[in-house]
Amino acid sequence: MKRGLVLPLLLLLMVPVKAALSGEAVADATGREIRPAAKVERVYAAGPPASTVIFAIAPEKLVGWTRALRPHEAEFFPEKYAALPELGRLTGRGNTANVEVVLRARPDLIVDVGSTRASLAELAVQVERQTGIPYALFDGRLEATPATFRALGRLMGDVPRAEALAAWFEGELADIRARVERVPQEKRPRVYYGRGPAGLQTGGRGSINVEVLELLGAVNVAAEVRAGLVAVPIEQILLWNPEVILTTDPHFWRRAWTDPAWRATAAVENKRVYLSPHRPFGWFDFPPGANRLLGAWWAGKILYPDAFDIDLRRKVLEFHTRFYHQAPTPAQLDALLGEPGVLGK
Amino acid sequence: MSVRRASYLVAAAALAGLAALAFGLGRYPISVPELFTLLGAKLTGSEHALSSTAETVILQVRGPRVLAAMVVGAALAAAGTAYQGMFRNPLVSPDILGVSTGAALGAVLAIFLSLGILMTQAFAFAGGLLAVGLVYAVGSRLRGHDPLLALVLTGVVIGTLLGSAIALLKYLADPYNELPAITFWLLGSLAAITPRDLASATPAALAGLLPLLLLRWRVNLLALPDDEARALGVDTRRLRVVVVACATLMTAAAVAVSGIIGWVGLLIPHAARLLVGPDFGRLLPLAMLMGAAFMLAVDTLGRTAASIEIPPGVLTALIGTPFFLWLFAVARRTW
Repeated sequence: MKRGLVLPLLLLLMVPVKAALSGEAVADATGREIRPAAKVERVYAAGPPASTVIFAIAPEKLVGWTRALRPHEAEFFPEKYAALPELGRLTGRGNTANVEVVLRARPDLIVDVGSTRASLAELAVQVERQTGIPYALFDGRLEATPATFRALGRLMGDVPRAEALAAWFEGELADIRARVERVPQEKRPRVYYGRGPAGLQTGGRGSINVEVLELLGAVNVAAEVRAGLVAVPIEQILLWNPEVILTTDPHFWRRAWTDPAWRATAAVENKRVYLSPHRPFGWFDFPPGANRLLGAWWAGKILYPDAFDIDLRRKVLEFHTRFYHQAPTPAQLDALLGEPGVLGK
Repeated sequence: MSVRRASYLVAAAALAGLAALAFGLGRYPISVPELFTLLGAKLTGSEHALSSTAETVILQVRGPRVLAAMVVGAALAAAGTAYQGMFRNPLVSPDILGVSTGAALGAVLAIFLSLGILMTQAFAFAGGLLAVGLVYAVGSRLRGHDPLLALVLTGVVIGTLLGSAIALLKYLADPYNELPAITFWLLGSLAAITPRDLASATPAALAGLLPLLLLRWRVNLLALPDDEARALGVDTRRLRVVVVACATLMTAAAVAVSGIIGWVGLLIPHAARLLVGPDFGRLLPLAMLMGAAFMLAVDTLGRTAASIEIPPGVLTALIGTPFFLWLFAVARRTW
């Protein structure tokens, strides 16, 4: 017990020493100059989207996950990284991290990737002051991900690896956009994204939850609704009569086929209700990080099969190798893509 | 015509009018002639020319939801009436012994474990019953106090404990997926009602209501001090168990399908009492009519006013508060 207390106390004494930093100064997404230590060896991710980006650049530098990986997620990572400790999250909805635990992990840098709104920028400044550890905040939108990689690469002293990821990610986004451009407006089906076990929650225009749909230039039936996660009446959905339904909830995916109300939609009638894969991180919606690139390929293939004549298996293999540093086995690929609903009924 | 009789008539007429209106209103446009065509065709078993979507909307979506709103409103109001009579206190709501909190904990646990809608409802129902069972078991063992006071205090204390268990689960929940689902459940909504939900909630609510109706005269005696009631030959202890069990059953049945909906069970009985006085036998039917009408009005507004759902908890307070203040100002009867 006593030993457990000594370490954080010692660390607190070390704070002024840590303040003498000499690394390259890099502006984060809020324009603040972040100046980390000359050599960044340990990075704390403030939320799940930050974990994926840091892990992709330099898995050995991630000090822990915000939430311990469950077995069905852990199998997609090299063993030594899958077993990294759970450190809690500083941002995102609800904060579960203990600042002492963060200190005890001795990070050289704290990184958050996601929203850059004022409250999170303030939190970054506050935690940086409190801990003496530089805290960088980056934009988590898919479009901003290459820039986030480049800035993080400079901060972490991993420019070549980060640049390779940034360039690859840029190429993927450009490829997706080029394919979307080939799809004429009248060939774009009306899509409804259903969340929750009853499928009655959705994301309105500009909501981070439907960023993948916006990247795909898809017709989100709920675009008229305000941004953010909202509940909609089923009658409204019947009025929109979506041609394709995408969901992240397996309960809803099963329910859609039997519930008479959902069966009245064109999507169910034409058997076009799809369930997004969710391992190790969600493909379509959450966590709202770079992991959603796979969701864009997946949804692109579902919505515009002609323009997206891609091999999804290859895409998954490529993404996993770059981001999770482990190529999935054929059996894992089968499990991911063969789950009922992922490629249709 | 007496105020009492007028109250029943007005409440019944309002409920009937609202129900007709609620059937006709919705985001999916269905005209009144179409509605009658459909209902006529269904009653006579003949064919109709309406789209199958229109039929689904009426029979599978709007119909069950309108009926569920009435059942939930009536059940919450009836439970509130029973408790307010038993505890001799107009500030008592159906949640006083922890039924809603217990149901919420059950539902939150099921969502936390990603068990799906059916299990969420089952957990909520069981959670509500278990919570009150626990409160009653503990509260009735606390000797040397006024039994009602002991019960209420135990309810408050255990309710707080369950509340912190809910808070803990929310804290541990996945912030992107489970937490929003929990928040939406706790806000309460009839949006996901299906005919099956109606078929499971209604019998449970009726099972709670029937004994209360049969015992309506005796329930009045619970308002008397215990020794006086006993002098009249009523076993107050046993009667109290029955009332608590019935009110709990009704509330749990409602909350399991609707989530937490406040206000109705607290202020509707009070409003009804302002109109017809405290006699349980007179009060119960009026409170149920008013509760059903009120819940129906709120839910209809919530599902039609915008292309998103407006949570009933928000509307109950928004509509209910001025209505209640108005009623309080015009009615002269007191507790």
